Amino acid sequence: MQTKNKSNGHGETLTAKDFATDQDVRWCPGCGDYSILKQIQTILPSIKVPRENIVFISGIGCSSRFPYYMNTYGMHSIHGRAGAIVSGLKAVNPELDIWMITGDGDSLSIGGNHLIHLLRRNFNLNIVLFNNQIYGLTKGQYSPTSPKGQISKSTPFGSVDRPFNPITLALGSEGTFVARAIDRNPVHMREILSAAHDHKGASFIEIYQNCNVFNDGAFEEFTDKSLKDQNTLYLENGKPLLFDNDSKGIILEGFKPVIVDMDSYSPDDCWIHDEEDKIKASILAEFFDYTEERGKLPRPFGVFYKNQRNTYEQVFQDQIDLYRSKREADLDSLLSGNNFWEVK
Amino acid sequence: MKEPVDESRDEVVIHFAGDSGDGIQLTGGQFTETVELFGNDISTFPNFPAEIRAPIGTLAGVSGFQLKFGSVEVFTPGDRFDVLVVMNAAALKINLKNLKPGGIIIANTAGFDNKNLKLAKYIDGANPLIDHSLDNYQLHAIDITKMTREALKEFGLSVKEVDRCKNMFVLGYVYWMFSQTPDNTIKFIRNKFKKNTEIAEANIKALKTGYNFGDTNETFKTRFRIKAASLPKGKYRNINGNSALALALVAASHKNDLDLFYASYPITPASDILHELSRHKNFGVKTYQAEDEIAAACAAIGASFGGSLAVTGSSGPGIALKGEAIGLAVMLETPMVIINVQRGGPSTGLPTKTEQADLLQAVYGRNGEAPMPVLAASSPKDCFDVAYEACRIAVEHMTPVLVLSDGYVANGSEPWQFPESKDLKEFNIHRPKGDEFVDEQYLPYYRDENHVRPWVVPGMKGYTHRVGGLEKEEKTGNVSYDGNNHELMVKIRAEKIEKIADFIPQQEINRGETGADILILGWGSTFGAIETATKELIEEGLSVAHIHLKYLFPFPSNLGELLKSFDKVVVPEMNRGQLTKLIRDKFLIDAQSISKVKGLPFTVDEIKEQVLKFREYANQK
Repeated sequence: MQTKNKSNGHGETLTAKDFATDQDVRWCPGCGDYSILKQIQTILPSIKVPRENIVFISGIGCSSRFPYYMNTYGMHSIHGRAGAIVSGLKAVNPELDIWMITGDGDSLSIGGNHLIHLLRRNFNLNIVLFNNQIYGLTKGQYSPTSPKGQISKSTPFGSVDRPFNPITLALGSEGTFVARAIDRNPVHMREILSAAHDHKGASFIEIYQNCNVFNDGAFEEFTDKSLKDQNTLYLENGKPLLFDNDSKGIILEGFKPVIVDMDSYSPDDCWIHDEEDKIKASILAEFFDYTEERGKLPRPFGVFYKNQRNTYEQVFQDQIDLYRSKREADLDSLLSGNNFWEVK
Repeated sequence: MKEPVDESRDEVVIHFAGDSGDGIQLTGGQFTETVELFGNDISTFPNFPAEIRAPIGTLAGVSGFQLKFGSVEVFTPGDRFDVLVVMNAAALKINLKNLKPGGIIIANTAGFDNKNLKLAKYIDGANPLIDHSLDNYQLHAIDITKMTREALKEFGLSVKEVDRCKNMFVLGYVYWMFSQTPDNTIKFIRNKFKKNTEIAEANIKALKTGYNFGDTNETFKTRFRIKAASLPKGKYRNINGNSALALALVAASHKNDLDLFYASYPITPASDILHELSRHKNFGVKTYQAEDEIAAACAAIGASFGGSLAVTGSSGPGIALKGEAIGLAVMLETPMVIINVQRGGPSTGLPTKTEQADLLQAVYGRNGEAPMPVLAASSPKDCFDVAYEACRIAVEHMTPVLVLSDGYVANGSEPWQFPESKDLKEFNIHRPKGDEFVDEQYLPYYRDENHVRPWVVPGMKGYTHRVGGLEKEEKTGNVSYDGNNHELMVKIRAEKIEKIADFIPQQEINRGETGADILILGWGSTFGAIETATKELIEEGLSVAHIHLKYLFPFPSNLGELLKSFDKVVVPEMNRGQLTKLIRDKFLIDAQSISKVKGLPFTVDEIKEQVLKFREYANQK
């Protein structure tokens, strides 16, 4: 892969275009991936990181072609393993600005183990998970986020699997920044991407992304003009949970979220979003499970949870620095050990 | 008191055996250190059960430590023992068959009560210590448990604590027997139990009691003296294979100003490499215990991409899991070292036993045409040289390199004339020279005359580029599905590895002459047994030679010619003939396999016996 070598980000003002490569983007026309690519290219100039310090690492899948289209350092690796590769890279090179690009099959199925440990260790990097609820690159098998009953090539009579809730998984894995965005709301996506980048720790962003070839309309209720207002809830820190053009709100009755009509309630009565409250974040994550039968709740978008914790690479390096200051690194005394003898 | 007769010997084999909780490994380790300091050459072989604490007294729970030491060059821990030390009946039952006729047995009688005899499956509780079945040996039956308890009465320790000291009684006794001083072990004990002086003093008392018991006990007629060996002048230390390997990695990184990143997942018998490396943080060593084997390999790839000397270590089952990632490293052409400390397979197999059955996995075990260099260590100290060389090849040729060790060399130890840091090789690290650009575009797969691309690391300004597992266009590295390009790239990657043969030493004959009737060709941990067998066969008048391979892929460039000078090539391996296959395939030579897959190393006699079957070739001349 090659790079135009003209602008490198030092003292130069880069634009979104500077982050595009000369490679043709080969996603299907109309794919939600285009929007994500565009939003990331748009926010990168504002993060003020030299281009050569930015690295995109992906696994395998449609989403994972992403690094080829970014004029930065990049690696398109193997299925599910981007999480392990970024861990090693960040551990040895903490100053790099690393973006891991992955999908629902890549990180929630074959690479599930790496994702949970990546979040647990809290490397300071960004994880962007494109969730289209289908295997696109392999042409249409159901994925670990496909709803039960999904008709796909491998489930002609409907899937019998229960789907993963990626937000719950990220919270359960001790993620320190857990958010959701959607391809059709670019302004909001850019906000979330920037917030994720600003967070010091592993930032996990699930992005609902429409696969218009194999799973078109999977997120229609959150994007269709006539449906999205009543089905989406945009989270803002310190603000009440209001939706449907502020005509409805959410209150908490104990641990139970209840929808109320704002004609009879004031915003102060509503649940005020607190990004640092993990218990409330867990309840918000569970909105996912409130289907028609349970009393439908809107799907939250935005930052569910954010908290500061030591990053792995920092503690890792601190320990090395400590022992470096305590004991000289003398290779000859290491080789000889303490119990050598001499044959004369 | 009757003075014991001193008997001088060139070499002696001792086998310590007892329950896995009896401190056998520590006893053997201490004896090793002491005779090394005295100046003997030595080779050791710890052999322990897979279970941490198998039921006490059972045959499955027997742990052993064998060593041969001598005034002459020692290559193996020995086939059969001169002295067998057993702490219980099970230990005797398992090991008696390998004791030389007339050999010495030192037995703890407390380990031969009815319960122990039954657990050891002696029929109807027959006690071999009293039923004259051991009349052909020199038996020293001592109630070590009782004597240790008596000696430590005054210490006020619990029975359990006291009983843990009985291995020191045995060690003291054996020191006396071999005219060695207990001083080094006293020093060791003081240091080990720095924080618990009472335990330290109890152990020292037990050690001295055992030593004095030998001195005052009339039953012992012989005391052995083994002179110091005439090893080449220089400084030595004891080293086992896993430690030597770990030190080589630190040395390679330190000498070449590269950060060392070692990613691993716990697995026997490779874990000790992780343990050793994790202690050297003052060298900036980054050890990473990953969530699984695949993650360890992939984290190493990430670290390599990030500019570190990246290493992942495991054993066969773990290497199987790493296979896809290793293929990615081949495809990326990124430097990385993969260590396989082999054990008995397939599957979980024999985790604590040794085998050489992963050679074909190492050479071929990846999807697609994915050649990579494979090196093997032939002894504990050789692990240092091989691992250092693997790092050199990885960095200088921008490729993953696989190092084969095995349980035998990993846990075995020997004296090592360690190098000085100034004598270690410096690597030629390929950085871009500036000619890798076309129209200001950096070409990440622009190669030198050896097909080696530069090592560019994120953070280097002006060189941003993308790499990946998809087939890439020559030079640009852009994704390419073109068939002709793919064939070209497959060929380039293969040639790149083949060219490494020009940058490794020519193969030498370890012992014997070119054109001998029979060549014994080996690789890896069979070195000691083959070398000793060859020496003895030559002394017995046979025309044989020994060649031992360090470079298994690619082979040294003169190997074919060299092999063809011998009438017959025989290949002893702890597998079903894997090197034999590679040799036949590469050189069209009718190599014959000598196979052993019992989880144990070859004995010298086994090799001699098998080689003699090819005597017809020796008789042609």
